[in-house]
Amino acid sequence: MMPSPLIEVRNVSLHYGRFKALSNVSVSFAPNQLTAIIGPNGAGKSTFFNVLSGALAPTTGQVLFEGQDITSMQAHDYARHGIAKSFQITNVFKQLSVHENVRVAAQMRYSRYELFKPRASFKQAIEEADALLGRVGLLALRNKTVADLAHGQQRSLEIAMALAAKPKLLLMDEPTAGMSPEETSAMMELITALAKERTVVLVEHKMKLVMGICERLIVLHHGEFLAQGTADDIRNNDEVRRVYLGQG
Amino acid sequence: MNLHSVVNGIARHRVASALLFLLIFPLLMPYEALAINILIYGLFAVGFNLVFGYTGMLSFGHASFLGVGSYLTGIAMVHFGVHWIPAIFVGVLASLVAGLFVGYLAIRTRGIYFSMVTLALGQVIYYAFYKAERWTGGENGLRGVNAEVIDLFGLRIDFLNPLTKYYIIWLFVALALWLVSRILASPFGSVIESIRENEKRTVACGYDVARAKLLIFVISAGICGLAGALRALHLSVVPVDSLHYLQSGQVVMMALLGGMGSFFGPFVGAGVFLYFEDIATNVTKYWMGAVGLLFMALILFFPRGIWGSLMYQLKQRGMLQGDRE
Repeated sequence: MMPSPLIEVRNVSLHYGRFKALSNVSVSFAPNQLTAIIGPNGAGKSTFFNVLSGALAPTTGQVLFEGQDITSMQAHDYARHGIAKSFQITNVFKQLSVHENVRVAAQMRYSRYELFKPRASFKQAIEEADALLGRVGLLALRNKTVADLAHGQQRSLEIAMALAAKPKLLLMDEPTAGMSPEETSAMMELITALAKERTVVLVEHKMKLVMGICERLIVLHHGEFLAQGTADDIRNNDEVRRVYLGQG
Repeated sequence: MNLHSVVNGIARHRVASALLFLLIFPLLMPYEALAINILIYGLFAVGFNLVFGYTGMLSFGHASFLGVGSYLTGIAMVHFGVHWIPAIFVGVLASLVAGLFVGYLAIRTRGIYFSMVTLALGQVIYYAFYKAERWTGGENGLRGVNAEVIDLFGLRIDFLNPLTKYYIIWLFVALALWLVSRILASPFGSVIESIRENEKRTVACGYDVARAKLLIFVISAGICGLAGALRALHLSVVPVDSLHYLQSGQVVMMALLGGMGSFFGPFVGAGVFLYFEDIATNVTKYWMGAVGLLFMALILFFPRGIWGSLMYQLKQRGMLQGDRE
């Protein structure tokens, strides 16, 4: 029997006026699985990602997390419920230190609006931040201002920040966007390691990249669900081949 | 003890050091009234900077909170015979309410729209007080805000003595600066800085950005309201220009002049601005022109502001450690 899904999307559609970015997509994600959402340009990958992460509300349909309907949950509540994301375009706190970036993300689980207690007294958040920086290989740069970091390092920082929420579900929007080949393979290794402890869903444009590491792939096309399965299933799926090859 | 450890020692105890300096400050000024003015506007600018420098929202309506604090302190004293100490609290409370009103309506907007909404609401408040002549004295301002003498176990505290007045106001400013410093060092303090840096990421980190913005806006209004309340006592009158948008513009200038990226920058900016104004008005009535030139020169050559540039230089030379000045 299939384990009950961690997150489930039911009949989700998202329309911008007459344009249908997503049409009636239903997918579920089992716990501790690494899944990639793939598809050619304009397939609706990013829209789907934004629905999963709460950035966009679907026109119709539902999103369930651990069986709970979270479709109308506020965007800032996602992290607290254990859903974290890394953005396609790096979104970090540029003028703050590397450590402070991750510490703020970790702080959320201890204190959010406390006004009079010094933040230095929240030792756990500080230690967790350093541990995460160690994990993504940025500990040596902890006191640097983020603006001085290389692009690839900022991408790693993004992931450390997402992990600081201790998420059950980690959503990643093109985690290797703009990375060098070396950085890309290091990132893929990190993602594989992360997926051993939690559910990871990533949106990726480069199909070959994810074929090797993902247990499951979901193919979207023109905002519709096209196919899902293992890398081999997808590789041998005629429709997927037509879609990818058809556009040259 | 070398210079390095002295600088870091001062930075670690920034509020204490500043307050010690402000204790001897009136001796350095040509006359006490100017020192008091700087104290009050310094607090106003620090309060304003919570929203501007720390959260990244440029409000053009902060005169409202200075003015409401002034007026309500004055109204409580003149019309209701309230003693000046509780009257200060009335003023602060009123500015908190005004902050909630303006903040609630304005924080939904961003960037230039936020500035425009705060400016417009500031004008609404200005005209409301202007028209309520029976309570506010209208164009003439509210007169007769006189703090009576307190007899504290034989110790006479007389507000008419300028130096006494300075130290009483110093006490309130000290309390407020300490409070602001505490808030900035709290978990919430890093949330507002995160909002300034990247709102989207702050939301993704699990923080309710709208709520945090409203909270800091109200706190900022309260601090500015306290500055207003003290100003009413200092001047013994509440001039209607307390609420004028020029006042809102001036505090932006003060913050930029001193450096919006630092805790004391705005205070230093207020001091430099008022000291310069004091000298320049004696020379020419077109002193605003000179201020304008000074301002432009600073923005062009020292975009971090006077205090901000100093802190930056110290950090570059390894004299100062840590994230904040």
